[in-house]
Amino acid sequence: MIAILDKYPLAPRVYCMILDAPLIAAKAQAGQFVIVRAAEKGERIPLTIADYDREKGTVTLVFQETGKTTRLLASLSQQGTLLDLLGPQGNPTEIERFGNTVVIGGGIGVAPVFPLARALREYGNTVTAIVGFRSREYVFWEEKMARVSNRLIMTTNDGSYGVQGFVTDALKVLLNSGETIDRVFAIGPALMMKAVAEATKEKNIKTIVSLNSLMVCGMGMCGACRVTVEGVTRFTCMDGPDFDAHQVDFDVLIKRLETYTCEECRE
Amino acid sequence: MKPEKKSVPMRQQPVDERIHNFDEVPLGYSEDESLSEAFRCLQCVNKPCVNGCPVRVNIPDFIKALREKNFQKAVDIIRETDMLPCVTGRVCPQEEQCQAFCVLNRMGAEPISIGRLERFLGDWALAHKKKQEDIRVTDIKSNSKNQKVAVVGSGPAGLTCAAELIKKGYAVTVFEGFHKLGGVMVYGIPEFRLPKEIVADEISVLKDLGVQFITNVLIGRTLTIEDLFKKGFNAVFIGAGAGLPNFMGIPGEHLNGVYSANEFLTRVNLMKAYKFPEYHTPVKRGERVVVIGGGNVAMDSARTAKRLGANHVYLVYRRSEQEMPAREEEIVRAKEEGIEFYFLTNPVKYTGDENGFVKQAVCVKMQLGEPDASGRRSSHTVQGSEFTIDVDEVIVAIGNTPNPILRITTPGLKTKKRGEIEADENGKTSLSGVFAGGDIVTGAATVITAMGAGKRAAAAIDEYLRG
Repeated sequence: MIAILDKYPLAPRVYCMILDAPLIAAKAQAGQFVIVRAAEKGERIPLTIADYDREKGTVTLVFQETGKTTRLLASLSQQGTLLDLLGPQGNPTEIERFGNTVVIGGGIGVAPVFPLARALREYGNTVTAIVGFRSREYVFWEEKMARVSNRLIMTTNDGSYGVQGFVTDALKVLLNSGETIDRVFAIGPALMMKAVAEATKEKNIKTIVSLNSLMVCGMGMCGACRVTVEGVTRFTCMDGPDFDAHQVDFDVLIKRLETYTCEECRE
Repeated sequence: MKPEKKSVPMRQQPVDERIHNFDEVPLGYSEDESLSEAFRCLQCVNKPCVNGCPVRVNIPDFIKALREKNFQKAVDIIRETDMLPCVTGRVCPQEEQCQAFCVLNRMGAEPISIGRLERFLGDWALAHKKKQEDIRVTDIKSNSKNQKVAVVGSGPAGLTCAAELIKKGYAVTVFEGFHKLGGVMVYGIPEFRLPKEIVADEISVLKDLGVQFITNVLIGRTLTIEDLFKKGFNAVFIGAGAGLPNFMGIPGEHLNGVYSANEFLTRVNLMKAYKFPEYHTPVKRGERVVVIGGGNVAMDSARTAKRLGANHVYLVYRRSEQEMPAREEEIVRAKEEGIEFYFLTNPVKYTGDENGFVKQAVCVKMQLGEPDASGRRSSHTVQGSEFTIDVDEVIVAIGNTPNPILRITTPGLKTKKRGEIEADENGKTSLSGVFAGGDIVTGAATVITAMGAGKRAAAAIDEYLRG
């Protein structure tokens, strides 16, 4: 049982949850995730680690209500408990002094982009953050992102806040500006990551994405999270969750994400 | 008095009922049936059956105690070497082990149904389990040095190692990555072969003995082996089990509805997807399911798919029936349940619909050739024999390779080509104080061989810690 130290909404159907998890906090690094279970009959789902405090022994998760388990998580009380929490899973993002980097967060993807940007800055990289939301009411963590980036570009689909358009629109402006970009990172919906990959591929800029495959075990024994990368089967939880965006078969990922749409509708 | 030639039969759930539920199929012996069977035993002085047991259960002695109706004593005898009689009584391939060595085989009679007797006693013990003081364990040695051993994995290897070490007086903590204990006994073996409540009850016996269990800790990620030593553990046993499921690498394996057996069984057994939506984890309930493979896991997958409501379950295996590694009784039960077998058949690709769901398995016929390195006859494709099976689900049950997490995060831990941890016959690895056993060393095997490995490693750890 894991104590929920705090829980509050960040945006409509988007919540921030701070957990008492000292072992995970001690080891967590940008790019890693946890496997969460909220109820005795509940499923295991992956959630990216949005932040951690090694001294306080806490881990922060940000999630969006999209299905059964996230709705259950949303309903947990502020001083409630999580049943099971496993982590930190996955390989940490490879961080080096790349030079001029661009991090892109789409919607809920902004949460894990935060520790990524922070780590990149710690290693001496220049960080331009492009974060996109549907509209003004969905914006969260703007201040946090501003603190860990040299330049922050906010976008909303409807233009109600920041620049109007998708994150890829803002990215293309940057790509065409003549600025030398050494590495791009993108986290968000699969379609968004696919679009980022297509944009940077033309410019031959190494791009890393964090895949959001469905998972069951999260520890390399079931293969639920398998993806096709450069024609080869890889496991998101063991080989990822980061992969070279130009090698990922996004169409396979997108289809696999829909595996249980029927079952999800039925309940 | 000449013994009865036939073993006392064991009642089973009738086929037409059992394919609609996940309850146990074999129903166990009653006390009378157990006694009848026990009295067939010749109580051989040289105990050939014991030679067939990977953990050397003192079979004639427990049968003698059973005949005297001293069930507790019989259980205690079994527990000297096997702390999971409810499990081994059910899942051991006794016909290849203890029962194969029974002298009755050479007398034109059926061997003693040792497994069924062990199961009867194991179940009796759980039903009559009261408090800690009732768990009699002989020769508990006191651990004056207060040494601690960490066990990685709560499957059969880890549990057996923990049981042996706690009996020797060490402090033992078992770390398990999943939220439930039991390893393959809870995620891999179906409810209808091994009820999970029984596994939990057997494990609670270990808790009563003082073994500490910590779930949701994946050694290699949450804590490394190095962390364990820093936390004061004096030795570590790795029983982390098998890991990454094998796929054939043929086109279409990424399609929705194509599962590894590990995933399919984990959803159904561990996450109870057969009770969806009451339990939140879904699983595809295919109408026409193809299972690839010939081992116990393939049988379990096929019989599970049937119970989930499939009209047709096709078992596709590249060799012939004689080469199938699955237990004969599982093959028999699968046939009874209507699983259709396609021997000498191999899939070459899967095709899907426009939404990415599998709809066809394209297969070829095979023919057998000369024995390969493993001793089994190799199989070759018959040219021009392609045919198609309409499917909406595929389960790939062709084994797995050891989980790489420990190899990646433990510098100095030597592994073999496919990732198996290198260990000698007593579980000693390349790292001082680190031992390993079970599937992580041998590749996929059985519950009982893992238990044997856990037992030998415990003895080696004891020797190591005594200095």
